[in-house]
Amino acid sequence: MTVLQVNNVGKAYRKYGSELKRVASWFGLPVKPAEEHWVLHDINFSIQAGEAIGIIGQNGAGKSTLLKMITGTLPPTKGSIQVNGRIAAILELGMGFNPDLTGRQNAFHGLSMMGFTQNQIERVMPELEVFAEVGEYFDQPVRTYSSGMQMRVAFGVATAFRPEILIVDEALSVGDAYFQHKSFDRIKQFREQGTTLLFVSHDKSAILALCNRAILIEAGLVIKDGDPEEVTDYYNALIAEKENNSTIRQEKNKSGKIQTVSGTGEATVEEIGLYNQKGQLIEVANVGEAVELKVKVKVNQSIPSLVLGYGIKDRLGQVIFGTNTWHTKQPIGSPKEGETYHFSVRFPADFGIGSYTIVTALTDKDTHLTANYEWRDMACLFSVANIDKNHFVGLLWQKPTINITELSHE
Amino acid sequence: MLKAVWAYRSFIISSIKNDFKTRFVRSKIGALWVVLHPLSMVLIYALILSSLLKAKLPEVDTVYAYPIYLTSGILAWTIFLESVSRSLTIFVDNANLIKKVAFPKLVLPIITAGIVALNNLVLLLAIFIVFAFLGHFPGWQVLWLPLLFVVTILFGMSIGLIAGVLNVFIRDIGQIVPVVLQFGFWLTPIVYTITIIPESYRHWFDYNPMTHIARAFQSVMLYNKPIDFNALAIFTVISIALLMLGLFMFKKAAPEMVDQL
Repeated sequence: MTVLQVNNVGKAYRKYGSELKRVASWFGLPVKPAEEHWVLHDINFSIQAGEAIGIIGQNGAGKSTLLKMITGTLPPTKGSIQVNGRIAAILELGMGFNPDLTGRQNAFHGLSMMGFTQNQIERVMPELEVFAEVGEYFDQPVRTYSSGMQMRVAFGVATAFRPEILIVDEALSVGDAYFQHKSFDRIKQFREQGTTLLFVSHDKSAILALCNRAILIEAGLVIKDGDPEEVTDYYNALIAEKENNSTIRQEKNKSGKIQTVSGTGEATVEEIGLYNQKGQLIEVANVGEAVELKVKVKVNQSIPSLVLGYGIKDRLGQVIFGTNTWHTKQPIGSPKEGETYHFSVRFPADFGIGSYTIVTALTDKDTHLTANYEWRDMACLFSVANIDKNHFVGLLWQKPTINITELSHE
Repeated sequence: MLKAVWAYRSFIISSIKNDFKTRFVRSKIGALWVVLHPLSMVLIYALILSSLLKAKLPEVDTVYAYPIYLTSGILAWTIFLESVSRSLTIFVDNANLIKKVAFPKLVLPIITAGIVALNNLVLLLAIFIVFAFLGHFPGWQVLWLPLLFVVTILFGMSIGLIAGVLNVFIRDIGQIVPVVLQFGFWLTPIVYTITIIPESYRHWFDYNPMTHIARAFQSVMLYNKPIDFNALAIFTVISIALLMLGLFMFKKAAPEMVDQL
């Protein structure tokens, strides 16, 4: 079932030569706005029930405008938005709280603002009170609350009833760790019950952990819509592009995954592979096996310095380890055009069972923001299998030594 | 549209309640201020103008005729003034709410009407208590007061809504309206009686809708006389027409309103 359908939606802010002309336009007089500023153009997507979608984009890309139109506070200038079911938005929590009223009164008022009746509100109020965990403060004026306590009540209000679509903004990153966990648990619980999630964030790892689809918005347009890892990689490359006008391209690699390559191209990775101790190219490594990452880099144009960085990402695309030759104090000083370098990186595959990808970056210093010669996501894929170790779970292998002694008891 | 408003009835009731409640929270005598402002106005005018105007109210025999006349008119004006000035800033004051929460914006004027009605019922109650002290007990014509309340609020809200919509885009409106109302107050026979106006100018006052409303309040509260229903009917029709215009402008402006707040 489609819960949200966004059709050709655009938003323009109109300026009139004088406000009287604007008023005249309401009465059907043919008045042209002096200026039209389109912040969103032709946005199209549809969302099925139960999906979890991450919305990413730089500040000013139009994310908030889009969300406001989805929640219904801002009408689109053109196009239409169809929503099946109730939307709850956790955008700016705690706004609209009256400091002179108690938490309970504010909660009641907030829920009534969402269109619930007195009976419905009274039914969820005890649960809300327990969830917010502000104790006796619940019957104290909100002006005596800490900002964390306001957050708790506000989150409780926003999620008192399970919505069909839940919009979560970065606002959630406020508050203490304990409550953050609790809120995420509630969001997950809603997800299991079929709520569709729209999650807005700059935080790549949060999007990878929560979402099964991502939409990238740039300059008022949807420029990528698909697998979260592919989209976040593209976003990452896009930021680098802004900094040093390199080009982005995405190509399918051997295993069918999308590889995002961006950069200005002064140096490129020619070959990359993971080898075992016998020097054989491998795709599967045993837990704890000593492996070697071999990277061949070609310098296409003389540059002041060359640094190779690499990162190992887990199945969700989160980097579990990464470093570069700047940090290891091995940058190559002024390599010349036509030279080729061979990097050998040895490390033990102390990872948990699963599949991993390697990202490489060729830069001049410690980040890819000053110069990005080449950034290659999913340059290499491998998986880790447990061949000879005892069973364990988690992302990394830590050889344990467990001693058990029985204490004599009286 | 009305269905959507009905769905938000809890919000409407809760908002009116909260408005009342919050006034008690910080100030010691809370809602009493609602009453004290207009009553002090009555007191000031009564003290200053009482002897001047006593002779002009020959139909009534009580010595307190003038204060009662004044109070009735001021009640009418207070209802009108509050309806207009609250509607004038209704969208600007609730900018935060409008920008962040999706709800039918039409509930805002309804909440305002509720608050105005409630405030002035409290005022009316206080006025009756004062009247009792003065030994004046209005006759059964006061039963028309609820109707007068409704039409006065309707009129005030319809003007206020038009001004309120414009005020979002042209903030000068928020400054102009109080000045116009100031003139309106003195152009309405509230402090004085129509009889002190030279005969040849009197008919101009008939074009001021508030003249009729003030007169109706004075009729039922002081003279115990029936209302001029013809005037009231015309007045109501004008109010409804203005309200329609206000709602039309609101509907047209709504999409652009959020951008301006």
